[in-house]
Amino acid sequence: MTDLEYLKLSKPAKMGYKTRKFFAALPKKLVGVCKKLGQGIIHAGAGFIRGCKDTVQTFRTGDWKTKLSFLVMGFGSFARGQWGRGLLFFLFQTVFNIFMFMPNAQFSGCYYLGKLSTLGTVETYKEGRRTVYGDNSFFILLYGVLTLFFIVAFIYTWYVNVKQNRLSEMILKSGHKLKSTKEDVSALMDSQFHKTLLALPTLGVTIFTILPILFMILVAFTNFDATHQPPSKLFTWVGWDNFRQLLSTDTSSYGNTFSQVLLWTLIWAFFATFLNYFLGMLVAIMINKKGIKLKKMWRTILVMTIAIPQFVSLLYVSKMFAADGLINSYLMKWGWISSPLPFWTNPTWARVTVIVINVWIGIPYLMLIATGILMNIPADLYESARIDGANAFQMYKKITLPYMLFVTGPYLLTSFTGNINNFNVIFLLSQGKPLSLELSGNAGYTDLLITWLYKMTVNDTNYKLAAVMGILVFVVTAVINLIVYNMIPSVKNEEDFQ
Amino acid sequence: MSKKHEVPEVDIVIDEEAGVIREVKPEKTRSKKGHERRVNTSIYVILILMSIIWLAPFFFLVFQSFRSYATESGGMVDYLLPKQWSLDNYKWLLESQESNFLRWYGNTLIIAIFSAAIQTIMVLSVSYALSRLRFRGRKLIMNVVLVLGMFPGFLTMITLYFLLKQLGLTQTGAIPGLILIYVASSGMGYYISKGFFDTIPKSLDESARIDGATRFQVFKKIIMPLAKPIVIYTILMAFMAPWGDYVFASYVAFGSEPNYNVAVGLYRWVNVADYQGYFTRFCAGGVLVAVPITALFLALQKYYVEGVTGGAVKG
Repeated sequence: MTDLEYLKLSKPAKMGYKTRKFFAALPKKLVGVCKKLGQGIIHAGAGFIRGCKDTVQTFRTGDWKTKLSFLVMGFGSFARGQWGRGLLFFLFQTVFNIFMFMPNAQFSGCYYLGKLSTLGTVETYKEGRRTVYGDNSFFILLYGVLTLFFIVAFIYTWYVNVKQNRLSEMILKSGHKLKSTKEDVSALMDSQFHKTLLALPTLGVTIFTILPILFMILVAFTNFDATHQPPSKLFTWVGWDNFRQLLSTDTSSYGNTFSQVLLWTLIWAFFATFLNYFLGMLVAIMINKKGIKLKKMWRTILVMTIAIPQFVSLLYVSKMFAADGLINSYLMKWGWISSPLPFWTNPTWARVTVIVINVWIGIPYLMLIATGILMNIPADLYESARIDGANAFQMYKKITLPYMLFVTGPYLLTSFTGNINNFNVIFLLSQGKPLSLELSGNAGYTDLLITWLYKMTVNDTNYKLAAVMGILVFVVTAVINLIVYNMIPSVKNEEDFQ
Repeated sequence: MSKKHEVPEVDIVIDEEAGVIREVKPEKTRSKKGHERRVNTSIYVILILMSIIWLAPFFFLVFQSFRSYATESGGMVDYLLPKQWSLDNYKWLLESQESNFLRWYGNTLIIAIFSAAIQTIMVLSVSYALSRLRFRGRKLIMNVVLVLGMFPGFLTMITLYFLLKQLGLTQTGAIPGLILIYVASSGMGYYISKGFFDTIPKSLDESARIDGATRFQVFKKIIMPLAKPIVIYTILMAFMAPWGDYVFASYVAFGSEPNYNVAVGLYRWVNVADYQGYFTRFCAGGVLVAVPITALFLALQKYYVEGVTGGAVKG
């Protein structure tokens, strides 16, 4: 279709054309993503092979200091006077060796690694009154993963150690001097400053985010639940069974419930994002309108809901809407209703109530954001529009809205995925209630995937399904992100905003 | 705000805000003025209504916290204003042997102070490194953080719990344990302050480097003084978060009542314990928590606004 043909189309036809084009392009985009991933893997593989070749080459051509460094890490650095580096390498190797081959086999890395394939075989049993503990699957899995981490880190460090030897040799051969330890340390404040800055955060994220996430991904493939709780019981690998249980639609499975909860999660995220967005923008426009006085006061009043900790405000509001809460009691006192309104007991009422209360929470954020952006819209745009005879609504539609969408596109995306994981509002307001026999796994009608995950973890200790759910939440978030990021460039394109 | 000068054919309106002089046809102004007034009035009505809706729950909360525990029900009742105003609930919170409220308050304060201090250092380090320094693996780090951020936070809860348990940081050790959890991965929340650092001109760094400053000196002497708004924003956010955290706090401190934070303690009063008796106490506790936090927030509101708007625009 040429540009001219496109411009001739009516509005709905244009939309249809765009949508068709988007979906037609989707496979291509997916292929593109896969290609990129593939390229990344090939790239990494090539790097790995190159590294191996270099290492072998170094061993062949290196002097005895280098050769000994293959066995005793840091030896070469020591021998060449860089004792600081040498010490670090040597320490790391020592710690690693101690961890892997500790005399007390129960705590060594090798022990856990060996059991990782079965997650333990020795059951806990009772000998008279005494309990004899067998293997603890939980720790085997946790420390097994930790050991794998450690091994990868060790191999990498070892490789760096070899590489350093090669570089040092080359530098010495070319007649230059090596850096002294003092220079190394001062470099940490200068050319290597990023290492100083990132060391602690990286360590924290590795141990407290990456390790747990990998652990839970692995748990999704085990039968770790209430009936398989270490230390009294073992759990073991079960392959894809849990995914089948959560997704298949048999009566004994969670498939139906899962699809309902997922649907509600998406509906919720949609309303929580866009309703707040447009209402917040509207409020910001009203407050910012010329001639409205006390701008600061209005803003401050609204901002109160951000300032007050949510567990105070949301818990209180949830009680206000309870069957015996203030709202129902006053409505009954005034004779408007004869029985309490089912804010938290009727599924539809409850869903609408959480969305409405979330507006109460969400408008102030959006009002603040929109205020900042509205002030940046060039005033002459409105000026010329007014001269052309546009009314307020037209100006909003043609100037304000496109500008806002243009600037806050990425924010909308993060806010949408944030709302998929909006735990606080649902948990403090309704705890996912009302519950229903039609939903399995203790899910309620206002439960999001994330609150359901929480219930599974805390109330049912059904860790395996919680883990599967976590992975699925990740998949949903990632897919939405991928699709929208592919769409945003068109939003971002300056030409589109005129 | 705008002055008007009557001129035969056209009205000239000096718009001080936009700094321009506008010409408006006179006959249109008349009707427009009335229209304008009507619009403004309706906006005022909406804003006043909204203010009532926004503030009402907080006033209700305060009213109910002053309801006398001795002569009236401590639970939920069907009227708003107490029949007898008293400080019963506050006294009970602060003085009673049964109440752990002060302890919880102290716990939360300690957690908030420590995590604010450490978290700020973490966030600033990461965002500065990713924004101003160029090194191998920078893109990789940002992509990894992006992917990790898509996993729901509670997924890792039990793992973290057992990790802390191994370190002896659950139940009675819940407070250092919680600080550790809040702080450990906080570097991942670098987006907003990175966005801020990105806006500081690079030429500042370069000229200092030419004068012989190390990167650390640039960070300390040049960037930090300029970054005051974002530092305050980070501290404020880190300080406020622990006051509202229920999930991790209740999981880590499970069963050890003296080691709860305020959110866990008060939540249990309302939803787990017999809330009919504890409702007004919850209200009083809520007021005691909300007042200082709100005051702090309103005092530093300016920095908060800069933070969120900056963050939203950059995504």
